[in-house]
Formats: sequence, structure tokens, C-alpha cells
Amino acid sequence: MTKFNYPKEQDLQRYVDARYRTAWVWQVIFLSALLLAILSLSALILDVVDGAFGYVAYEFKKDPLTISQTPIDDLEKEELLAILQTNLSKGAYGKLDKEKPMETRSEADLYNLVLERIIQIKTLETFSLSDSLFRKAEVEARVQEKYPDARLEFRSWLTPRFLTSPMSSRAEFAGVRTALFGSMWLVGIAIAFALPVGVGAAIYLQEYARKNFINTIIQMNINNLAGVPSIVYGMLGLAIFVRALEAFTSGAMFGITDTNGRTIMSAGLTMGILVLPLVIINAQEAIKAVPDSIRQAAYGVGATKWQTVWSHVLPNALPGILTGSILAMSRAVGETAPLIIVGASTFISIDPSGPFSKFTALPIQIYQWTARPQGEFHAIAAAAIIVLLALLLTLNATAILLRNRFQQRF
Amino acid sequence: MTQPENGQYAIETNDLSIFYGKFEAVKDVNLKIEKQKITAIIGPSGCGKSTLLRAFNRMNDFVPTSRVEGEILMHGTNLYSKQIDPVEVRRRIGMVFQKPNPFPKSIYENIAWGARINGFKGDMDELVEQSLRGAALWDEVKDKLKQSAYALSGGQQQRLCIARTIAIQPEIILMDEPASALDPISTLRIEELMQELKKNYTILIVTHNMQQAARVSDFTAMMMLYEETRSGTVIEYDETKTIFTRPKDKRTEDYVTGRFG
Repeated sequence: MTKFNYPKEQDLQRYVDARYRTAWVWQVIFLSALLLAILSLSALILDVVDGAFGYVAYEFKKDPLTISQTPIDDLEKEELLAILQTNLSKGAYGKLDKEKPMETRSEADLYNLVLERIIQIKTLETFSLSDSLFRKAEVEARVQEKYPDARLEFRSWLTPRFLTSPMSSRAEFAGVRTALFGSMWLVGIAIAFALPVGVGAAIYLQEYARKNFINTIIQMNINNLAGVPSIVYGMLGLAIFVRALEAFTSGAMFGITDTNGRTIMSAGLTMGILVLPLVIINAQEAIKAVPDSIRQAAYGVGATKWQTVWSHVLPNALPGILTGSILAMSRAVGETAPLIIVGASTFISIDPSGPFSKFTALPIQIYQWTARPQGEFHAIAAAAIIVLLALLLTLNATAILLRNRFQQRF
Repeated sequence: MTQPENGQYAIETNDLSIFYGKFEAVKDVNLKIEKQKITAIIGPSGCGKSTLLRAFNRMNDFVPTSRVEGEILMHGTNLYSKQIDPVEVRRRIGMVFQKPNPFPKSIYENIAWGARINGFKGDMDELVEQSLRGAALWDEVKDKLKQSAYALSGGQQQRLCIARTIAIQPEIILMDEPASALDPISTLRIEELMQELKKNYTILIVTHNMQQAARVSDFTAMMMLYEETRSGTVIEYDETKTIFTRPKDKRTEDYVTGRFG
């Protein structure tokens, strides 16, 4: 028995204790990894929130109280229109009316006009949320000294108006409406392209393709494509969709003549190609996870391959496929580099009217605004980041709800 | 060997060999399976019983490297000839697997799906009821047809799989150790069910359990490995009575009396 040298009776507890200690050390390491991750995410959120709210020092030519009793934020469209009519010169009003008839303009548009033309608000300096909360006295003293006439007001840059206003050259009136629509169109086209193509490719590779040299090469390439930098996809999109397929992506084929190839369609398809490997790999994993016994059961009652795939493999793989498309959507919403190359507009104030219009997207807008020197643009960039995160969460929540619905399996 | 008259056979094999790549898993099998009888295939683990069984409804086709030599004849047609569609074979030769594998759908749908894809036109409700009655499951599930098949016990699931198989009205039912994952009471019910089923169907069953083979089967095929090539073959095929009481082969005797391995 001496050949098998286990700890002796009296040493046993010591060995067990040592094993518990090792386990404890690893547990602490894993926990700190988790804490570090949570910490970095919180830092990100805090940084964004810090920029999106805070004190603003501003001044205006005309006090809002002299033109309206009620705060102008609460005014109806007709009242705003009346204010514009009474306070603007006839020539100026006529010119605006000529650009776009005043009655047809949106309330947000009129509101912005009131602020821009009549009150003529001017932001002098913006302060971060942390400064506003913890160094209020300093902020007040600084504003007193630098801008004696200015007002200091706590402002949230993220307002309903920020969501509904189109782009503007003045940060005070700028909104993300155009960018939000652009992003949604983009994700819509990307998923509409990538999901059917990706799932189709995954079904072929998983259920039909034989294991031979060519298919191994294809599989390897798909795995590698998932790691190609997004800017490379941008170059691809520029060459193929913007240039080579311009007749299609500009809508010329469908009788639209006022655009070039730099449209939502080009960008959406580029994003679609970008997320395609992601969709394929995830769908393959999901299909692989469907137990073989179910396939055998289907074949056993005389089903063809297609009947088996359609009635049993796909429904059971659907939750996994949807998980993959969540990842794909998140990627498509957040990518910036390919959009810059494909040619997103940086200043556009008209909503996209369809897949063949010019466009901008949230990441592009954020990138543009953070590149400006003025503090107020940084503040709206932070607000736009919150909008982007909220959009992401909404898309993901929708996909998760869908997945859970399908996951109510028997 | 008992040789029933011609035309009584549901299916027969001629020098059937089954290969996985270069490896010959089953070698030179000649069997004549009688109509409306239960034929058991017994033998030690790894001797190719399941491989042989799966060859009958071409389930081995899904193993990419598998290959068959020789013939399996059903109504005089070789199931492996070029004109034969494996889907048609599986529709006429049903299969019950070792582990109960109902579809992750309702009990009703488990039976209706197979019928529907095979072009069944008629009263589906009646077919479902008939099939469940046929599998001695109707009384237990008639009030919960819309419920998940996964909520049933293992034995009930296996009977559901049998119901699913008889719903498409095959001529032959293959059973690959249908009771090995079940408790003794469920096993007994399956065995009783098999006696009912053989009035209408020819049944081929692979089993590890020799008592089961002795209890349920009319004929028994004893399989064994060739020591030198590791490929399995049928060494003796006869009425079950004979196999278990007066086997001709010494190896069969050793195996059925428990002196083997």
C-alpha cells in the first residue's frame, strides 16, 4: 500500500484546507475581474452623464418674459407662430415663409426659430454635472467675474426637443432626429440583408455541406472575416456599393435622380456585410446545438432534409439565431468608420425619406460634435451618446423579448 | 434453420456488409425476416447490432463515410439500388430509437407532423387517437393532447414515439433497444405493446437484454465479432426457442447462458 502515497490520516485536514485556500484565491481573482469590469462600465456611464447635464452660462438679446407670459417651452404651435409674426420684420418673416411655408413647419422648428431669431440665445460656457453639483460656488463666482450679464441655469441637454429637432449649426437648437432616423434605417437594412443571407449560409454549411477541403476553407474564412477591421468593410462598401452599384444604391434604377451612391442603402448593405460573419457563426452554433436525436426522429418518420430543417432544426435554433442578431444589431448601430468612408453626411437637417436618401447616423453625429472646440457641442455629444445607448438597449430588449417568446419551447 | 415458405418474408438480406470508411463493421449477413413476427438481434456490445438495424431503413446514410455491399430486399427490390429514395424507405420502415426522442412539440403535433409531411389526407384527430390507442397511451394523454410531449415520463415518451411511428403506417418497425432507458414497469408495458403490434407489423428489435429477447421475440439472430477483423456477423439465426434451449453454435450457448464476457 505504501506505493500509493496518499496523505496520512492526521495530515488529511491540512491538505483539504490547502485546497480550499487555492479555491478561495481563484474566487477572489474572478471577483476582482468582475468588479473591474463593472467599474469601467460605471466610469463610462458617469463620464457621459457628467457631460450631458450641468450649469450653462448664457445670455440673450431679448428676455423671453417680454414676449410671452407663459414660458415659451409650453407654448402651442399657433402661439409660437404669432410670436414670430409680431417680433420678426416683414421681410425676414417673408423670407422664412418662402423657404418653407410657416404653417407647415413643425412645432420644434418654430420653437427653434423663436430662440434663434428673436430671443437670440447665446451659450457662453457650459459646466459638467460634477462641477455643477460639488463646486457650485466656484462656478457662480467664475460666471460672475467673466460674464457679468449672463444668466446661470441648470440645464439638461437631453430633452424631448433634442430627440425631435433636426440638425442645426447652433448647439442650443441641434437635435438628433435625423441621425436617429438614419441609424434606424441603417440597422433595418443591415439586418434585413444579413439575417436571411446569414441564416441561409449557416443552414447550408451546417446541414448540407460535406466536410471537404473547399468547405473547410470557406468556414475558416468566415471565422477570419468576423475579425477584419471595420474600416476595411468601409473600403469594400465604397468600391462596391457606392461606386460599382451606383445605379442601384443611388436609386437611379427606380427613377430617383437627385442623389449619388452615398445613400442609406449603400451604408446599410455595407453594415450588412460587416455583420454577416457574426450572424453566420452564431446561427451555425445555434443549429449545431439542436440535438441530433430530433433530426433522427424526423428522418425516422420519413421526412426529407428540408422538412427536418424547416420544422425542427430552425424552430429550435431560433433563440440562438436571435441572440446572434442582437450582437449584429449592436455592432451595426455603433460602427462609425465604415460610415465615414461610405460617405455619411455630417450636416443634414432633412429626415431620410427612404433607402435612397442621404443620411447621417448617431455615431457620425457624436464624432462630429466631439470634434468641435465649443463646450456646448461636447455637451450635446454626451446627450447623443445617451440616446445611442438607449437605442441600443431598446433594440436589444426587443430582440430578447422576441427570443424569449420563441424560447417557450415544449 | 427454420425456412418458412417464400413470400412470407417482410425483408431479407443477401451477403450484406456495412462499411464505415475502410472498416467493415458488419460482414456477410444473410437474414430472412418473417412477416408479422418479432425478430430480435442480440449479441455483445460493439458487434454491429445497431449498425445492422439502421441499415434496414437507411439511417446509416447520414454517416458520410458509410457504405453498403450486398442487398436488402423488400418485395424483391433492393433498398440500396439507385432508383430507391431513402425517404421512401424510411416512410415504409419506421424506427423507434434507444432514447425516447419526441419532438419538442405537443403530444398531438408529435403524431400529426409525420402524417402531415407524408401527405395524409383525412381526419387527423382520428388518426391521432387511433395511433395513441395503438401505442396504449390514449387513456393517459387524451385530456392533455395540446401539452408538451416533454412533460410525459420516459416510458410514456417512448410509447408516444411508437405511436408516432405507427401513425405513418409502416410495414416494418425497427426498435433499437427501445426499453434500455426505461424502468422495469415501463419496459413491461413496451413489451406487451410489441405483442399487440405484431398483429399488424413486422418488428425488428435490437436488445442487450437476453431475457427480453427470450420473452418477446419469435426469432432471434445472434451476432458476434470476428476476432481478427473486428467486424460483426450473424452467427446463428433461428426460432427464439431453439436459440435459447438448443443453440447449435457453442458461442451462442455461452452467450445466452451468461458464460460469455
